[in-house]
Amino acid sequence: MRIPFAGAIDCDLHPPMPSMAQLLPYLDDYWRDQITNRAIDRMSFAMMSYPPNAPVSARADWRAAQTGRSELDTLRTDVLDAFGLYFGIANVMHGAIALHNDDMAAAICRAVNDWLRAEWLDREPRLRGSILVTPQDPAQAVAEIERLAPDQRFVQVLLPVMGEKLLGRREFFPLYEAAERHGLVVAVHAGSTYRYAPTIVGWPSYQFEDYVAQAQAFANQTISLVVEGVFHRFPRLKVVMLESGVSWLPMTMWRTDKTWRGARPEVPWVDRWPSEIIREHLRFTIQPFDAPDATAVGQTIDRIGTDQVLLFSTDYPHWQFDGADVLPDGLSPHSLMKILVANALETYPRLAQVATTLAAEQAKEDVR
Amino acid sequence: MSRHVVCPAAELPPGTRKVVVIDGREIGVFNVEGRLHALLNRCPHGGAAICSGVVTGLSQSSGPGDYRLERRGEFLRCPWHGWEFDMATGQSWCDPRRTRVRSFEVKREAGGDLVMGPYVAERYPVTVEDTYIVVDL
Repeated sequence: MRIPFAGAIDCDLHPPMPSMAQLLPYLDDYWRDQITNRAIDRMSFAMMSYPPNAPVSARADWRAAQTGRSELDTLRTDVLDAFGLYFGIANVMHGAIALHNDDMAAAICRAVNDWLRAEWLDREPRLRGSILVTPQDPAQAVAEIERLAPDQRFVQVLLPVMGEKLLGRREFFPLYEAAERHGLVVAVHAGSTYRYAPTIVGWPSYQFEDYVAQAQAFANQTISLVVEGVFHRFPRLKVVMLESGVSWLPMTMWRTDKTWRGARPEVPWVDRWPSEIIREHLRFTIQPFDAPDATAVGQTIDRIGTDQVLLFSTDYPHWQFDGADVLPDGLSPHSLMKILVANALETYPRLAQVATTLAAEQAKEDVR
Repeated sequence: MSRHVVCPAAELPPGTRKVVVIDGREIGVFNVEGRLHALLNRCPHGGAAICSGVVTGLSQSSGPGDYRLERRGEFLRCPWHGWEFDMATGQSWCDPRRTRVRSFEVKREAGGDLVMGPYVAERYPVTVEDTYIVVDL
């Protein structure tokens, strides 16, 4: 269905990936020299999870619209204006996160984040940003969070769903500590750094299989975050799963609950139903939802037990839907209010802060 | 309610258990460090003979990486799926409101009191000098 009113918050949209040539001005002298003189600037750094020319990576009409207009104007027309968005959170899944050289990876991530800030956030007030970090080097990831956290337009930290390790492991705790302390959300986006095969039993032959298998990786990360006690240690932290699909979630919740009843003594810090922890701390964007029809959408939400975990997203320009039917059928008007606006404000402390400020200004205006 | 003498107290020293049949029901009687418990020998989850499970404590934690075994001897772990039950109440630790093993009152009674009746001494000739384990159904 179409979006019924203006003012929604899109938690997952993608500006076009910057080329290395676009990033060069944002690198320091050393890295600019390295990248130019080693001819790395000719590499695309596209994530192999999203081959640039694969149909899923960009919807055909949006792909065509990109010619002849500025990238920002295209994004404004196709997404921000088309869906009447209040905020759109820009996620740049740059391939630098897959580099084995941790220092080069961190340098390019800094350039991507500065490029996002200067070329997008400074020019379009509806956009919000994600801090891209390299998860395999938590210390540099924390340093990048500290560097950008003062800029309130960055609302989350961005990690790939398939990095080197499960995200519940304690080496990532400093990253979660920094995120929680700064009121940042941790966002986990589809995509692999291909340290391992994207299916647990080996390498698939086709991109088709790779894309479907991403949902299992999200389930693995969900279980890891809960069972390792991340939310016991960081009770104010929220983790948002981006482009995860939703319909796999009830099965994972049920199976994790069932197993907890018997296996609980192994992880005694998991002191309540895993499904309860998931409902409180994890959020899932609804593009794609991965359910065939309105009935299945309703059943999925019933079995999750709440619509509070769902966040609106377009996943622009990925080809998840046609025309303007950005929402799955089967959401009640009450659920729509929550999914389009309220849940995001409840999830993102920095968006809530803006909303509170605006409401206060509006109230002053009304008094006058 | 009926009261049943299940055995002389000397037959159930600390650290032992005994499954007895009373009115056609299998009931496990436990002596854990002197504390007595009587539980229906049937797990409310899958029907396992739960009274053959491990008597243990409760794993507790203050956070990831911290492990403590507390309340030793107060919990019975079902042999089939590992669900933990508080032996004093029969309640499941994970789901105390909805899941519980039926528990019964059990105590030691002096033979002198028992011979007065109205207790049902099913298998044991009760003598005034001894102490017995008595279960209330």
